[in-house]
Amino acid sequence: MNDMNPAQPLLELKGLEKRFELDRGFLETIKFRSGKIVRERREVHAVNNISLNVERGEALCVVGESGCGKSTVARLIAGLLTPSGGEIHYEGERIDNRSRHAMMPLRKKMQMIFQNPYASLNPRMTIQQALEEPVRYHNPEMSKSDVLEKVATVMRSVGVDPSWAKRYPHEFSGGQRQRIAIARALTVDPEFIIADEPISALDVSIQAQVLNLMLEAKNQRGLTYLFITHDLSVVQHFGTRVAVLYLGSVCELADTATLFENPKHPYTKALLSAVPQLKDDHPNHIRLKGEIPTPINLPQGCPFESRCAYANDRCRVEQPRPLQQADGSIVACHAVEEDRLES
Amino acid sequence: MTLLSVRDLTVKFATRDSSVTALNRISFDLAKGERLGIVGESGAGKSITGFSLMNLLSRPGFIDNGTILFQGDDIVKMSESQMRSIRGNQMAMIFQDPMVTLNPVLTIGQQMVETLRAHRKLSQKEAEQIAIVKLREVYIPSPEDRLGQYPHELSGGMRQRIVIAIALLLDPQLIIADEPTTALDVTIQADIMELLLELCQSNKVGLILITHDLGVVSQMTERTLVMYAGKIIEAGRTREIINDPQHPYTQGLINALPQQTQPGNPLKQIPGNMPSLAAIPNGCAFNPRCEYALDHCRTTAPEIVQYAHVEVACHEVSRLHSDKSEERSA
Amino acid sequence: MSTLETIPPPSLWVRLWDSNMGYSFRRNPVAVVSLIIFVAVALMAIFAPLVAPFDPYDPAQIDIMNSEYPPIWIEGADPSFLFGTDDQGRDLWSTILYGTRLSLLIGLCAVALQAFLGITIGLIAGYVGGRLDSLLMRLADIQLSFSTLMVAIIFLAVTQAMFGSETFNQYAIYFLIVVIGVAEWPQYARTVRATVLAEKKKEYVDGARVLGFGPLRIMVRHILPNSMSPIFVISTVQVANAIISEASLSFLGLGMPPSQPSLGSLISSGFDYIFSGSWWITAIPGVVLVVLVLVINLLGDWMRDVLNPKSFKG
Ligand SMILES: Nc1ncnc2c1ncn2[C@@H]1O[C@H](COP(=O)(O)OP(=O)(O)OP(=O)(O)O)[C@@H](O)[C@H]1O
Ligand SMILES: Nc1ncnc2c1ncn2[C@@H]1O[C@H](COP(=O)(O)OP(=O)(O)OP(=O)(O)O)[C@@H](O)[C@H]1O
Ligand code: SF4
Ligand SMILES: [Mg+2]
Ligand SMILES: [Mg+2]
Repeated sequence: MNDMNPAQPLLELKGLEKRFELDRGFLETIKFRSGKIVRERREVHAVNNISLNVERGEALCVVGESGCGKSTVARLIAGLLTPSGGEIHYEGERIDNRSRHAMMPLRKKMQMIFQNPYASLNPRMTIQQALEEPVRYHNPEMSKSDVLEKVATVMRSVGVDPSWAKRYPHEFSGGQRQRIAIARALTVDPEFIIADEPISALDVSIQAQVLNLMLEAKNQRGLTYLFITHDLSVVQHFGTRVAVLYLGSVCELADTATLFENPKHPYTKALLSAVPQLKDDHPNHIRLKGEIPTPINLPQGCPFESRCAYANDRCRVEQPRPLQQADGSIVACHAVEEDRLES
Repeated sequence: MTLLSVRDLTVKFATRDSSVTALNRISFDLAKGERLGIVGESGAGKSITGFSLMNLLSRPGFIDNGTILFQGDDIVKMSESQMRSIRGNQMAMIFQDPMVTLNPVLTIGQQMVETLRAHRKLSQKEAEQIAIVKLREVYIPSPEDRLGQYPHELSGGMRQRIVIAIALLLDPQLIIADEPTTALDVTIQADIMELLLELCQSNKVGLILITHDLGVVSQMTERTLVMYAGKIIEAGRTREIINDPQHPYTQGLINALPQQTQPGNPLKQIPGNMPSLAAIPNGCAFNPRCEYALDHCRTTAPEIVQYAHVEVACHEVSRLHSDKSEERSA
Repeated sequence: MSTLETIPPPSLWVRLWDSNMGYSFRRNPVAVVSLIIFVAVALMAIFAPLVAPFDPYDPAQIDIMNSEYPPIWIEGADPSFLFGTDDQGRDLWSTILYGTRLSLLIGLCAVALQAFLGITIGLIAGYVGGRLDSLLMRLADIQLSFSTLMVAIIFLAVTQAMFGSETFNQYAIYFLIVVIGVAEWPQYARTVRATVLAEKKKEYVDGARVLGFGPLRIMVRHILPNSMSPIFVISTVQVANAIISEASLSFLGLGMPPSQPSLGSLISSGFDYIFSGSWWITAIPGVVLVVLVLVINLLGDWMRDVLNPKSFKG
C-alpha cells in the first residue's frame, strides 16, 4: 500500500542516536576521582539526533571525516546495530525494533557493500558458494537449476567471469573481490544498497571500474544508494544529494550541484577547499584551527564550534538547528542563520 | 647541484625457488631542495624505492644492482654504521602510520631528545630547547606541554606533525615521505601538506613524496615519476605530466579520475589489473591493458626516452600523440 | 584475467602440495619423518588383526607356559615371539599392536568429545557474548582449575567402586573417553572463543547478517571454517595429552583391564617384573608410547609454526 504513495521517502531517519558504552562491566565503571570513589560511565556519542530522508532512486552520499559516525549510521540502517534513540522507517514502516524474523522480508530489499574487499568475503567459500548461499537461503523452494541460472545471470551482469566460480577469494585482486561482493549483494535483487566506502581500499584505475559498475547497476535496476565516502570528487560524480556529517550530526544537506557551487556551512567550506586539485597551482584552503573535539565529551553548543572561525557566544552554548535555506539545502549553523558569513 | 643520483637501481625479492624483480633499473636525480613525487598504483614499487634509498630493505628483499649516490657517496656500498650516521641525520623518512616512527611507551619529549643526543653533543636542556622550537615550527600548540605527552594521547594529525618535527630535528638534506597523509582526513591532509611544503621551501630540504593521489603530487612537487610494475614509465615536470601525459598508463590514470568526466556518465576506466611481480608480462608490462599495444609491445620492453617535454617508456608514444592532436583539431 | 581463464583450478591434492603448508612440510625433515612414523604406527594399529601374528584377546591362543620369553635378539628367546611374551604368555608384539589401537582409539575419541563440547561452547560464548559468555568462561576456568588427572581419578575410582570391577572393566573404554573428553573441553572452548571474537569483527560476518542469515548458520558455515587453524594445532597437542592421560590412568589401575590392555596397562602389568629380569614387558610398550606421543607433538609444533599468522609476511 505504501508503495502507492509517491511522496513517501524510501527510508526515513528520525532523530537517530547511537551511543557506545566505553566502560563495560561494573568494575570498569568504578573510578577514583579527587579522593572519592565514584561510579562513572563514559559513552561515545557516535550519532546524535540525525534526521534524513532517502528518496527512491537517488544516490545520497554521506561525507565527513574519520570517526564522525558514517559507518555507524550505515550499520544502524542495515540493522547491524540497534539505535539508542530515534526511529528508522522503511517505506513508512518502522524497522529499528524488529526481530530478526520480522526483518527477513527487508533483507531482500536492502543490502550492504563494505569497505574492505579483503575481509568482506568468507575466505573459505568459493565464489560459487558465496553467490549461491543467499539465493538458496531466501528462496528455499527454488530448484537447483534455477539457482544456478540466477547466479549465472548476476555474474554476467556485473562482469564476474563464470570461470572464477570454483576459486577462492584470495586468488583475486581487490577490485575483483569488490565486484564479487557487489554480485553477492545483487543476488537477492535488492532495491536499496548501503555502500560503506566501497572504493576507498582500491586503486584509482580500479575505483573507476567499480564506480562504473555501481552506476550501471543503478541505471539498470533502478537502485537507490546510500553511499558513504570521504572522497569528494566521487561524491560530485556519483551523488544526487550530499549529507555532510560532523561529529555525529548533519551539518549540511543539499543537492550535489548546490553543495559544490555554494557550500554554506563553515565546515563544508573548509572541506571543499581542502581537496587537492589536479590543475590548480595555488590552492587556498581554509585552515582550521583549534582542537578537534572527541565524541566522548560532546561540546555543549555547535559541534564545530572549537574549529570554526565564525563561532560566537551563542555557538558555544546553543546547538544550531537544521534550517532550510532559499536554495533548498538544509544547514545547521548559527552564523548562516544570522547571515554573519561573508561570502 | 645534485643531492641524490640513482642509477639502474634493481631490487629483487628472494622467493621459494628463485627471485622476483620488484624494481627494474630505476634511474633518477634529485637536486638540492627539489621536490619530487613518485606516483603509481598499489604494488608498483613506490615504497620499495623509498626503503632502498634509506638502505632499509628487509630480509627477502635485496638490492641486486645499481648505485645510489647521496652527496656523492654510494649508499649501496655503505656499512650499517656509516648508514646509521646518515639516516635520521641527513636523510629522514616519514611513514603513512605515525605509530611506526613513534615509540608508544616513550613521551614525545624523550623521543625527540634521544634522537638529538644520538647524533649531536647536546645537554638535556639544549636538546629540549631545540625540540620545542621544532614543535613550534610544525604549529603544535603549547609545545612545552606536549613534551610530556605520550603518542596515544594525541590525535592522528597531531602525531603526524610530531613525526615531521622529528624528521626535521637534525636539519636533514632529504626527506622521504611515504604516503604521509593517506590515513588522515582531507582537512588535516591539507594542513600537513601545506606545512611540509613550507618547511621544504624555507629550509631548502629535498623532498621525495610517495603517494597515489595525483592531486597531492600536483600541488606539492616540481617533478614527478610515474611507476608501473617496478619501472619508471614516465618522468618529467609535474605540470607537464598532469596537463599533457604521454604514456597511455598515465593518461588512463588521470582520465579515470571522477573530475575528468561529466557527472552521471561512466568514468573512463583502465581495463584489467596491475600484474603481480611473479607474472609481469613480456615486453611492455602495460601491454595487456593498453589500447595502443602492437606486436612489438608484447615482445620488447620499451626504453625510457625523451619525448615532447617528458621522458616516456612507450614504443607507440608518437602514434598516441598524433591521435591526440587529431582529436583536438577535430 | 586472461591467465585465470585458461588454467583450470588445480585439484585439492596439488593445491595442498603447492601451498605454503605443503612447501614448508617438504622442507622440514622432522615433520616428514614424524608423519611417516605416525602413519606407520597408526596403520599397523588399525590393521592390528591383520598384522599381528596372535590374537591377545583369544584365551585359546595364550599358553601360560610361554610366559616371559625375551625378545628374539636375546638368548633364550622363542623365534615365534618377536618381542618376547608377557607374564601371561601373550605375544608382546601382538599385544602392543592391539594396545596401541586402543590407546589411539581412546585418545582420538576423547579428543573428538573435547572438541565437540569445546567448539560448541566456544562458538556460542564468542558469538553471543555478554552474560552468557562470562558464565561459560567462568565455568571453563573452574573446570581448568582442577587437574584432569585428579578429576579422572576421583570419577573413575568412584565408578569402579559403584559398579564393581567386573562391570567397570567391561565399560572402561567408554568411561575413559568420557572422563578425558569432559575434563579438557575448556582448552578448546578458550581457543575457539578467542578466534571467534577476532573473526566476528570481520566484514564477511556483517555481510552474512545483512543477508539475514541466522546465528546458527553464521557460526557453523562462516565463522567455524575460518577458525580451523588453531583448532588443528591444539588438536595435535590434545591427542598426545589424551593418550598420556589414558596411559597414566591405566597405569594406576583405573583404566583398561589387563585382559584388554592399552599401552598404559601393559606398562603397568610389566612393572612388577622389571626387577625380575623381564624388563621388556614394560620397556617396549613404554618406548612405543613415548615415540607415539613425541611424533604427534612434533607434528603439532610444525603445524603451529606454519599456521601461526605472525609467521606469514603480509
Ligand atoms: N563498537 C564500538 N564501540 C565503541 N565505539 C565505537 C564502536 N564503533 C564505533 N565507535 C566510535 O564511534 C565513532 C564513529 O565511528 P564510525 O565508525 O561510525 O566512524 P566513521 O565516520 O565511519 O569513520 P571512518 O571514516 O574512519 O570509517 C568513533 O568515534 C568510533 O570510535
Ligand atoms: N617481503 C616481500 N616479499 C615479497 N614481495 C614483496 C615484499 N614486500 C613487498 N613486496 C612486493 O613488492 C612490490 C612493491 O611493493 P611496494 O610496497 O613498493 O608497493 P607500493 O607501490 O608502495 O604500494 P602501496 O601503494 O600499496 O604502498 C609489491 O608487489 C609487493 O608485493
Ligand atoms: S609500449 Fe605499447 S603497450 Fe606499452 S604503453 Fe606503449 S603502446 Fe602501450
Ligand atoms: Mg567507517
Ligand atoms: Mg607503499
